[in-house]
Amino acid sequence: MNAKVVTISDGDIGLRNLDVILGLENRIVYDIVDVVEGRCRIRQAMIRDKRLPELFLIPAAQTRDKSAVSPSDMIRLCEELRDEMDWIIIDSPAGIERGFRNALAPADLVLVVTNPEVSSVRDADRIIGLVEAEEKGPAQLILNRVNPALTKRGDMLSTEDVLELLAIKLIGVVPEDESVIVASNRGQPVTFANNSKAGQAFHNIAKRLLGEEVPFMNIEANNGIMNKLAKMMKFRGD
Amino acid sequence: MDNFLEKLFGKEKKSANTAKERLKLVLIHDRTDITPGQLESLKNELIDVISKYIHIEPNKVKINMTQEGKEHRLIADIPISSTPNRRK
Repeated sequence: MNAKVVTISDGDIGLRNLDVILGLENRIVYDIVDVVEGRCRIRQAMIRDKRLPELFLIPAAQTRDKSAVSPSDMIRLCEELRDEMDWIIIDSPAGIERGFRNALAPADLVLVVTNPEVSSVRDADRIIGLVEAEEKGPAQLILNRVNPALTKRGDMLSTEDVLELLAIKLIGVVPEDESVIVASNRGQPVTFANNSKAGQAFHNIAKRLLGEEVPFMNIEANNGIMNKLAKMMKFRGD
Repeated sequence: MDNFLEKLFGKEKKSANTAKERLKLVLIHDRTDITPGQLESLKNELIDVISKYIHIEPNKVKINMTQEGKEHRLIADIPISSTPNRRK
């Protein structure tokens, strides 16, 4: 994939987390509230990633709350970075309050992340409605933590079910994957993990965002007991 | 009884289907901002108005909201009374 200059902005002020996910927690000097309140320039708050020189993180403040930043602050910051960056990814906090409004204000494109569960889908529908009301739509959907075994046995909403309910375009399906926990334990994004299905799913989403046609991957369960048995039988038969 | 039989024969509805059906209704109410209670009073007023003109069976009137893609529809099923007022 071509290198792109990307800034990730953690929108969850007061509940900062992207720093630990990226393993950059020891490098933080300034955060987004310092930028907004004029204690530093935006460049000073941008932490360069250890692995990718084109990736920067603007951390959220940990000791303040969402009201420390306004939607117009976010628009101003993003305007300042727009020319230098190919992508600015703003991670919106959950909820429909200030943090969400802050993340939405400067957005050109909105990706809604939801799990295939009733509460999550219902919330996503509200969010999609609010995005449209702000004329930022149509949003696109990332279906997260899909458990193929549960879907197969009819105990989890399928991708088709969710798409039909939400009437939205799909941009990615991410399977439930233990490697996400392992990666976050290490402070290594799961996209760097080898053989991680979730990591692969995120790579595919990135490619689709860049306009590539990538088929949705097959996340059929292949670790069920019956499957394992079938494999063993095959092995013996050979 | 139905439920019992379904369980007995292992034909219990899959929980994903239940989730989908429930969500369909919830989302329609969320989007239109009409509560089931309001829908019920809409139904009652509708029955009053229509009864002025046609003999209907109030107990069999059904009002439902459906969704297809982004389109929502209010569907009223109003059976006309079976004791017809034919001209004599």
